Amino acid sequence: MSPTQWDLPVELCCRPMAFVTLTGLDVVYNAVHRAVWDAFCANRRADRVPISFKVLPGDHEYPKCRPKRTSYEWYIPKGILKTGWMNKHLNLVPALVVVFYELDWDEPQWKEKQSECATRVEIVRQSLQGRNTKVAVVLIQKKTPLPPGEDVIASERAAALCNACELSGKSLFVLPHTDHLVGYIIRLENAFYEHAQTYYYTEIRRVKSHKEFLNKTTHQLLFVRHQFKIAFFSELKQDTQNALKNYRTAYNLVHELRAHETNILEIKTMAGFINYKICRLCFQHNTPLDAIAQFRKHIDLCKKKTGSAELSFEHAAWMSKQFQAFGDLFDEAIKLGLTAIQTQNPGFYYQQAAYYAQERKQLAKSLCNHEASVMYPNPDPLETQTGVLDFYGQRSWRQGILSFDLSDPEKEKVGVLAIQLKERNVAHSEVIITLLSNAVAQFKKYKCPRMKSHLMVQMGEEYYYAKDYTKALKLLDYVMCDYRSEGWWTLLTSILTTALKCSYLMAQLKDYITYSLELLGRASTLKDDQKSRIEKNLINVLMNESPDPEPDCDIFAVKTAQKLWADRISLAGSNIFTIGAQDFVPFVQCKAKFHAPSFHVDVPVEFDIYLKADCPHPIRFSKLCVSFNNQEYNQFCVIEEASKANEVLENLTQGKMCLVPGKTRKLLFKFVAKTEDVGKKIEITSVDLALGNETGRCVVLNWQGGGGDAASSQEALQAARSFKRRPKLPDNEVHWDSIIIQASTMIISRVPNISVHLRHEPPALTNEMYCLVVTVQSHEKTQIRDVKLTAGLKPGQDANLTQKTHVTLHGTELCDESYPALLTDIPVGDLHPGEQLEKMLYVRCGTVGSRMFLVYVSYLINTTTEGKEIVCKCHKDETVTIETVFPFDVAVKFVSTKFEHLERVYADIPFLLMTDLLSASPWALTIVSSELQLAPSMTTVDQLESQVDNVVLQTGESASECFCLRCPSLGNVEGGVATGHYIISWKRTSAMENVPVIRTVITLPHVIVENIPLHVNADLPSFGRVRESLPVKYHLQNKTDFVQDVEISVEPSDAFMFSGLKQIRLRILPGTEQEMLYNFYPLMAGYQQLPSLNINLLRFPNFTNQLLRRFIPTSIFVKPQGRLMDDTSIAAA
Amino acid sequence: MAVCIAVIAKENYPLYIRSTPTENELKFHYMVHTSLDVVDEKISAMGKALVDQRELYLGLLYPTEDYKVYGYVTNSKVKFVMVVDSSNTALRDNEIRSMFRKLHNSYTDVMCNPFYNPGDRIQSRWALLPVSASSPGPLITW
Repeated sequence: MSPTQWDLPVELCCRPMAFVTLTGLDVVYNAVHRAVWDAFCANRRADRVPISFKVLPGDHEYPKCRPKRTSYEWYIPKGILKTGWMNKHLNLVPALVVVFYELDWDEPQWKEKQSECATRVEIVRQSLQGRNTKVAVVLIQKKTPLPPGEDVIASERAAALCNACELSGKSLFVLPHTDHLVGYIIRLENAFYEHAQTYYYTEIRRVKSHKEFLNKTTHQLLFVRHQFKIAFFSELKQDTQNALKNYRTAYNLVHELRAHETNILEIKTMAGFINYKICRLCFQHNTPLDAIAQFRKHIDLCKKKTGSAELSFEHAAWMSKQFQAFGDLFDEAIKLGLTAIQTQNPGFYYQQAAYYAQERKQLAKSLCNHEASVMYPNPDPLETQTGVLDFYGQRSWRQGILSFDLSDPEKEKVGVLAIQLKERNVAHSEVIITLLSNAVAQFKKYKCPRMKSHLMVQMGEEYYYAKDYTKALKLLDYVMCDYRSEGWWTLLTSILTTALKCSYLMAQLKDYITYSLELLGRASTLKDDQKSRIEKNLINVLMNESPDPEPDCDIFAVKTAQKLWADRISLAGSNIFTIGAQDFVPFVQCKAKFHAPSFHVDVPVEFDIYLKADCPHPIRFSKLCVSFNNQEYNQFCVIEEASKANEVLENLTQGKMCLVPGKTRKLLFKFVAKTEDVGKKIEITSVDLALGNETGRCVVLNWQGGGGDAASSQEALQAARSFKRRPKLPDNEVHWDSIIIQASTMIISRVPNISVHLRHEPPALTNEMYCLVVTVQSHEKTQIRDVKLTAGLKPGQDANLTQKTHVTLHGTELCDESYPALLTDIPVGDLHPGEQLEKMLYVRCGTVGSRMFLVYVSYLINTTTEGKEIVCKCHKDETVTIETVFPFDVAVKFVSTKFEHLERVYADIPFLLMTDLLSASPWALTIVSSELQLAPSMTTVDQLESQVDNVVLQTGESASECFCLRCPSLGNVEGGVATGHYIISWKRTSAMENVPVIRTVITLPHVIVENIPLHVNADLPSFGRVRESLPVKYHLQNKTDFVQDVEISVEPSDAFMFSGLKQIRLRILPGTEQEMLYNFYPLMAGYQQLPSLNINLLRFPNFTNQLLRRFIPTSIFVKPQGRLMDDTSIAAA
Repeated sequence: MAVCIAVIAKENYPLYIRSTPTENELKFHYMVHTSLDVVDEKISAMGKALVDQRELYLGLLYPTEDYKVYGYVTNSKVKFVMVVDSSNTALRDNEIRSMFRKLHNSYTDVMCNPFYNPGDRIQSRWALLPVSASSPGPLITW
């Protein structure tokens, strides 16, 4: 028996295809035949019919057909299925034999050739005696055949040939050897395929016909055999549906067989075969669920059929194979397009196969532990005469024996022994690892990272058993971090324990130490006695001695390992190992904590390193050093003790360098920061703790940053969540969980001891030179040097502010755009203790809004810290937010000479410009002067003198001015006419003499100028008196270049009598003026309506009386009559 | 009756695992751990599909030859995993559901304990089991 006896036979696993043999082809020497054969063989893709071809000589001897059995009555089958049967029908017994023969229809020697061909057919027929195999003849012809029916000779000769060869017309083919060879071949093989199908159909019928002769008592095996054969022939016929149906029946029949220890293997073997076929066909039919269901059923039925206890490993091997084969089928189906899912993929089957392989190994280990003296039996009971078994699944020493009783127990014993001894040589681990790695590949594909890790652990363990420690370690090391990062400590501990064994057995120092460190740590779930043992070993290793062997290791491997360790000791060389703590959970924990988030440069930087050991016994360390981002500080933060190697063992719990389990040790470090580092961050980049010493072996545990390992972040989170009250500890001790890592600190400048005061009068007024008085007073004990002032707009504000803010030290002149927004580093000199200085700053703000101003005073001072003299640069800053407001609002309006509001002014007619200046400043303002700068388009009527010179305005007060202007006719100007500028010169009333006056220029609004055809103005006294004549003169001016026809009428009023022209029509020449004189005689006192003057211009119908009313008064105040009258009235009273 | 019950934290570390003492404890640890693959996948699918969020029972995670592994996830993403013997056909989905509900209630009780800090491993071996189960037996029963 080969070690691969459990593998399924090739003929079972292949896809059965119709077997057709080709004879009469000389593929070696004949090029034409070669081409024909190549056309049959090449490019057999899925679109070609499924036939397996074979070239055989014409006189090939086919397997002999056994004589037909006429009765089954006395026939007792010896087994279920012959081992050669499948191969026979796949590769030996053809469905069709094709005889190739070179013969053209116009062959001159037709007769001879015809009889030669008939002979060849006869030879083939002889050889196939008793079989239903079809025979066909293919004539290879040089000429292209004529269309059917046209070639009379051809049809005659074809009929003759068929007759001579005893062939039906359907079995004679012509193959013209022309350009279209492949096309002809494809047509030929399709025809062959039909013949083959007919053959397999008859074979199925033949096997079925046996059924009626069988009886249930003696022929149980035959039921299975026949059913299997029918199914197999159906497959050859490519009738997979029927094949599946028949295989299912066969499967059920197999399980109906009476099972006994002697035939259980045969039953299982056949059940496995049939199950394989069923699953395969189900996958092929794209019904994977049926396949899975069948497989489950198969496993459930066979799981308990263990068979002989002495050979129970065989059952495990068989089970393993079942799962593996199904996994292979599943995987193959996936490659052909099936989609698998996370919970149903081939990985599970490979995994299960691996479990059974492990079980097989276990069973083999316990069943095959024979003494070395037990010899393999001779003669070999597993040998058979032919070298193979007759029937699948039978024992070689009792083939064909159906009895359930063991006829020869002695022989049986020898056979079992032989199998057991053979099993001992099987490389179980190899099998298991292959299966596991198959499963790993699958689980990787179906998003099962944890399953993958688990299988890799098993692979690692299997490699460990197989003594391939390097590979074991590699796998275990690879998956360890997954378990560590997810916090599955039990699993991690188990993996680490195996890994420690591997590293011990290989004497891998660094690995050994690393795993020991972690197994002693808090992530390890080992018991204390185990931890003690590991710690003792670790100390031994650090002292350059050999550790004790790990428990449960192979004795021989331990011996080898001890030699390796001894070699390690003698080996001089690098004995310092640096191990990064962030990747695992070592038994020493470390936390670094600066006392403060920032330190002033004049005080020493202090920080603590907290260490805690989780191992069962105290441990000494030899060195602790801290590294910083600025390496110059490293030298100040080292603790080292020249401890001798033998001291490590001593239990010096009081020693500074000793870590007591469970106790937090605090180590204080102190150094003076460099003045260059002011404003910089000092960071602890790493903490290194050396265990052991350099003379022996030394392990440097390296924590990145301020400590912390693979588990500490989660612990810190839990500690932060916890609201548990911690028990009180003595003063010098702290709770480990309460320590929060602080790995960096800022160095900040020394605290300044000066005062900076700002004096000013907010808000600032737009464009004024706003005065800011800075007072600096030193409170330092010693003289301060190099005092510098930086003042102005605080950087980082709106960019527009920078352009609209200007700072100067000189308030006597107005500053312009060229002045900066921030004055930097103005040297102020030195200050003695207590001395004070004052500096005036002037700020000009061009826009309103709030601004932040910064006043920053820096200086140098000498101080001493920790006996070191350092020059400190101190600074103090003050910021102030200053609001800028408009000092005043200026309102401008145009009014008529009647002080009526004007929308527009009329050309050449005087109007008034009124300015109104309203103080918005909270501080008193002095208007130094004002000035009206007229645009060229405007002329003044009288003197433009300022009317508000030196007026002081308090908040809310206003100052108004009035100017009489005239706008000459300009024609029509779009958008109005510029008026000019109004310039106000002002300053704060409180400002000093030398502070410059600010000129605020206000652009006056444009005004719309309109021409009017006629201007009327009236001359009349300012008031009238009852019954006193009131002379009124109207001046009518023609402003056009035309002669104007004017209709004038005066409407009477109740309050007046009047004399003058009541209605008139007159003409006014261009540019001239007409006067109209009226004498009004008031009748009533009070504010009275004047008789209204109505003017109608015939040329300008738009000129209305409304317009007219703008120029002439419509009413007048009439005073009552004189005193004389009053006296009489009094007298009358 | 379950052979193993486990409570897994949101971050996928075990809070509590208890299995029948007769069998290899490590095996169940691995089984629970590997089942998290399926739990993770189911939770992420749940997030995508926005199915009924109140359904906490995840159903059968995966079958092995000898055991069936069931899952349940609370709204705060704490996972419960239960391993049941495959041969125990008496356990229907409904029974499993009710066992999970009981386990959830017990877990809620543990969370209500003012001395328990959420996220800590549950130290008491009996914490999540009813009083009647507090004698060591081969199987975990409610």
